[in-house]
Amino acid sequence: MTTDLAIEVAGLRKSFGELSVLSGVEFGVARGSVFALLGPNGSGKTTTVRILATLIRADAGHARIDGLDLVRDRHRVRRRISLTGQYAAIDGLQTGEENLRMMARLCGLRGGWARQRAAELLERFDLTGAGNRLVRTYSGGMRRRLDLAASLVGQPSVIFLDEPTTGLDVRSRQAMWEVVTSLTDSGVTVFLTTQYLEEADRLADRVAVLDGGRVLAEGTADELKERVAGQLLDLVTVDSAAFAAVTRALGDRAVALDRAALSVAVPTDGTAAHVRTLLDELDPGRQLLRRFSIRTATLDDAFIALTGHTATTPQPEKESARV
Amino acid sequence: MSDLATSPAAVPGRAHSPVGDTLVMIRRAVRLSRRNIDALLTAVLLPAMIMLLFVYLFGGAIRTSTEYVNYALPGVLVLCTGFVSAQTAVAVTQDLQEGIVDRFRSMDIGGAAILAGHVAASVVRTVWAGVVMLAVALLIGFRPDANAFEWLAALGIVQLFVLAVSWLAAVFGLLSRTPEGANGFAFFLMFLPYPSSAFVPIETMPGWLRPIAEHQPVTPVIETLRGLLIGMPGTDRAGVAVLWCTGIVLAAVAVAAVLFRRRTS
Ligand SMILES: Nc1ncnc2c1ncn2[C@@H]1O[C@H](COP(=O)(O)OP(=O)(O)OP(=O)(O)O)[C@@H](O)[C@H]1O
Ligand SMILES: [Mg+2]
Repeated sequence: MTTDLAIEVAGLRKSFGELSVLSGVEFGVARGSVFALLGPNGSGKTTTVRILATLIRADAGHARIDGLDLVRDRHRVRRRISLTGQYAAIDGLQTGEENLRMMARLCGLRGGWARQRAAELLERFDLTGAGNRLVRTYSGGMRRRLDLAASLVGQPSVIFLDEPTTGLDVRSRQAMWEVVTSLTDSGVTVFLTTQYLEEADRLADRVAVLDGGRVLAEGTADELKERVAGQLLDLVTVDSAAFAAVTRALGDRAVALDRAALSVAVPTDGTAAHVRTLLDELDPGRQLLRRFSIRTATLDDAFIALTGHTATTPQPEKESARV
Repeated sequence: MSDLATSPAAVPGRAHSPVGDTLVMIRRAVRLSRRNIDALLTAVLLPAMIMLLFVYLFGGAIRTSTEYVNYALPGVLVLCTGFVSAQTAVAVTQDLQEGIVDRFRSMDIGGAAILAGHVAASVVRTVWAGVVMLAVALLIGFRPDANAFEWLAALGIVQLFVLAVSWLAAVFGLLSRTPEGANGFAFFLMFLPYPSSAFVPIETMPGWLRPIAEHQPVTPVIETLRGLLIGMPGTDRAGVAVLWCTGIVLAAVAVAAVLFRRRTS
């Protein structure tokens, strides 16, 4: 059963009691690509990952990894995947080296090989100096790197990363991005979830937007941006009355409404004629608009247009204190 | 940097050996338990303190047919090994809560291996606690009259009891949502030996309590130990003690298997 899809998902449903989290999720992930599942808090990203990593069962629908059924062939599936959960799953009371060596043993490597594998991964994730310290003393970024290293010990062909950079500062996030990019060079398939549009834009070959239990849109980051229109005309109004008048005139063409900044965006093809027409239409008396500018649509705009609400923008958070 | 495939022995599709996985899990749990300083101190200091407490504070007031330290040691041994084994519950809950169980499961490591690791660590911990307790007891006048065979048999009974408590603790750990909650099991275990012949002869208890004290699982364990170590009558209850402990181990393992599956799906 060969297919060029590493992950195939169709009609996936999952409820927790009354709460329906996934209601018919579909997508496919090409082998060797990076796929980002993008969605706000509580949209079911972790639930999807847990189903795909064989930790919980879907209520309906089916999913295959490397052509293997998640339920029937789950033991074989587990030998091909690795999971890096939303929270680091490593032992705080073991050193980094001990954690990796343990994982290597669990993947069937004997003493010397396990040691060598642990050393390689420490080196690769820039943790060699900290290898002999208890993980409890690691920073959040180091713990995340070790967590990812631990999931690579067994050389999986499909890697799940659940919000790999949530809670990391800018530098750690950048380092994590480099690692993820380097993973695909060695031919593995990466499935990651994120709340950050920028992250999906940077890393993913294809992006799916998950909200309300369904995939609202799927495609490359560029395709999603074009869903909104290639270009946007940003308008800043003079006061809140003007803002109300302009947004009323725009109706559902209005994209990035920002009441506080008195700004709103409208799709355009970017030609002088179209921009002039829009400006005349919205502000015939030439008193409502303070400024305008034209920009290329971002994934943010696409997200808002698709889901009707904003996604989270990356913010350096305090390192979480989980050990 | 990008080359992941440098270790030739890493076979992605290799089959798991449950025995190998369990050995790795045992090493992990023993290591974690050794480095958990609080738990370790409790495991070693508490028995010594309880021993001193009973012998010097209560010992004068309690009449037994032998030196009180001789009478009390088996009870203290059972109380403390029980308490130390009960910490297994906390370890199990923590693993579940911190997501490492998810990682192990996604690697196709069975729940049995994970739980067995913690139970084995518990056995190792109690051996240390037992050694400290014996040393303190000998210092304050404990005079066993056991031969090598009787010592071995005593060790066997204690370990069987530890296994029973540890598996029960694992069940409790699977039931609790937080490590704090799991800790409650240790307190339950702390009180279990009191209504038994551990510290006071059962004849001195009120009538309604006597049948309970007589037939609860801790009593035959303690009396067997007393018989083996200080030659008091009691070895005839060894069969009951072994039955109780084996029964508890089997039942707890079965319940743990069901709970593990339910908790993780
Ligand atoms: N085991 C469970 N029992 C009950 N409800 C659950 C369970 N797991 C998840 N949920 C609920 O399902 C919804 C989706 O959760 P999920 O963790 O998949 O979201 P998410 O997209 O990963 O969110 P976040 O960005 O916060 O991580 C939430 O409302 C959550 O409370
Ligand atoms: Mg999540």
